[in-house]
Amino acid sequence: MSGFSVTEPSKRQKWIAGILVITYAVVTLMPLLWIIATGFKSPEDSISYPPKVIFQPTLEGYVNLFTTQTRITPNMKDTLAEPDSWYEQIVRDKNMVIAGPSRYGQRFLNSVIIGFGSTFLSIFLGTLAAYAFSRFKVPIKDDLLFFILSTRMMPPIAVAIPIFLMYRQLGLSDTHLGMILLYTAVNLSLSVWLLKGFIDEIPLEYEEAALIDGYTRFQAFYKVVLPQAATGIASTAIFCLIFAWNEYAFAVLLTSGEAQTAPPFIPTIIGVGGQDWPAVAAGATIFLIPVMIFTIFLRKHLLRGITFGAVRK
Amino acid sequence: MAEVSLQNISKSFGNQVALEGLTMTVPDGSFVVLLGPTGAGKTTTLRLISGLDKPDKGQIAINGEDAINQTPAERNVAMVFQQYSLYPHLSVRDNLAFPLKSPMLRTPADEIIRKVGEVAEVLQISHKLDNKATELSGGEMQRVSIGRALVRSPQIYLMDEPLSSLDAKLRSDLRIELKRIQASLGATMLYVTHDQVEAMTMATHVGVLDHGKLVQFGSPRDIYENPISIYAAGRLGSPKINILPAGLFPGAPQGAINIGLRPENISIGEGIETQVIRVEHLGDQTRLHLKTNDIDLMTLTDAHTTLNKGDIIAVSPRNPLYFDANGDRLKEGK
Repeated sequence: MSGFSVTEPSKRQKWIAGILVITYAVVTLMPLLWIIATGFKSPEDSISYPPKVIFQPTLEGYVNLFTTQTRITPNMKDTLAEPDSWYEQIVRDKNMVIAGPSRYGQRFLNSVIIGFGSTFLSIFLGTLAAYAFSRFKVPIKDDLLFFILSTRMMPPIAVAIPIFLMYRQLGLSDTHLGMILLYTAVNLSLSVWLLKGFIDEIPLEYEEAALIDGYTRFQAFYKVVLPQAATGIASTAIFCLIFAWNEYAFAVLLTSGEAQTAPPFIPTIIGVGGQDWPAVAAGATIFLIPVMIFTIFLRKHLLRGITFGAVRK
Repeated sequence: MAEVSLQNISKSFGNQVALEGLTMTVPDGSFVVLLGPTGAGKTTTLRLISGLDKPDKGQIAINGEDAINQTPAERNVAMVFQQYSLYPHLSVRDNLAFPLKSPMLRTPADEIIRKVGEVAEVLQISHKLDNKATELSGGEMQRVSIGRALVRSPQIYLMDEPLSSLDAKLRSDLRIELKRIQASLGATMLYVTHDQVEAMTMATHVGVLDHGKLVQFGSPRDIYENPISIYAAGRLGSPKINILPAGLFPGAPQGAINIGLRPENISIGEGIETQVIRVEHLGDQTRLHLKTNDIDLMTLTDAHTTLNKGDIIAVSPRNPLYFDANGDRLKEGK
């Protein structure tokens, strides 16, 4: 095809668009690449100035992240048997020995349980509420929706102290259940509003057809509405997970051991054995992976776009 | 397979009155066509019978059983929606199988395959079974929508302009096919259409609706020949009935304001003089547009007529229908 076209962008327009997109990508990806790179640097390289772009990669940061270590004297080192694994070798080279696993794994697991648990609950409750608001005559519907939205009008942390006291009374402090409920409560307004928008978009005719075809209302919801709301549910789930996964303030305040998530734990790594930036970066890198996988996994739903329905307008 | 009886049904949507005191009995095994302009209450009637909407007032009985509190599933009706309403996330095959898989029917898998195949054959969509419902043309969607009703054997079929998006050939094929299926199953069918040919050829009964009221109910022949009002007379017939001042031809009875004359009921030869305004050759017949004293009328004549624009011919009425000031038929004028 050659010649002028109103719908097809010209070569020059494509070039400009491409350069803009690449520039934007580099700017936004820079911090991410920096963190990933720092995770593989030695502690000396990580704080060198000017920063090293080319460096000798090491797994020291990751070993430090997952282990607790004790310093030993050169005399003691001689009496020990040769290290029998690559990570013990790394530690031994610094005149240390591995004393045991660190708490990072457990904190990470807490993040997974609380993040995904609250996301599931937010979506489950949010979808039911959104469907009801979208389809049924709910008394004082508009007021209820406004009330739900109003929980978002202040930063959640503004109510930290009442929640802290309440949780202590109820025995929910530092429990998985407590954190799941809290993040669900914060996310619910977002999920109800987003999902209501998506469900409003699905024409009522499909459910009517299903009712005529011999299904109950719940079956029509399950078989006809849910599959079509999948795109909306997927994107809402990503938003909910990102909030619950990254939340820091409540996690610091309400968790200390049992149910502590990764975000408040990662900074505490700095304190162990000098400023160990590579270990912090390693912790942050691993912490990014689940959200990344989740997003990539749901990406096809996001990209599928709005279903062009088989309803004549 | 069932008689539907509507007693004094009223339904409003906000300030909009959709139906007002509608009483109608759809006999078992009949094919009832509802006629009326947009807003007359045709679709509302179907939705009330299906159970998707509830009437504000009145009784609905299906097979003698009070249906007012039954869900659509319990009423066992199949409906073809004007907007098709195919499930966009399913293939054509799954769309057709959807009613058969319902908890109400729980059809065995081999039975589903057989029925879906049969219906797809009848509707000429076998080659599209594996397409997504969204990848079809308007006419194909409409056929799948009909198919979703035909795979079942419900008590009542409700069809809302089911052939409106099809081309002429397919439309006449399916008209015959639908009539055959309805007759062979002995199914009760309520059918909304604007198409005069569909109404005349398929219906055993025609119901004429006007502003939410049933104005006439009877066989298509009866309504065509004996309409009770100008409104009912205008619903059937193409070209449309001529409505003329009663004084145009001699012999109008007392109280007659208008004469209704079907185009084929105007004889050419003697009577009052008119001028030919336009001649439309349709092949099998010729339409003549006539004018006399500023009154337009239309009649049909021989396909090979030699009449031309500007010619003067004399016409007289046959079987005139007389209407009073309200547009109601004058009984003695028959």
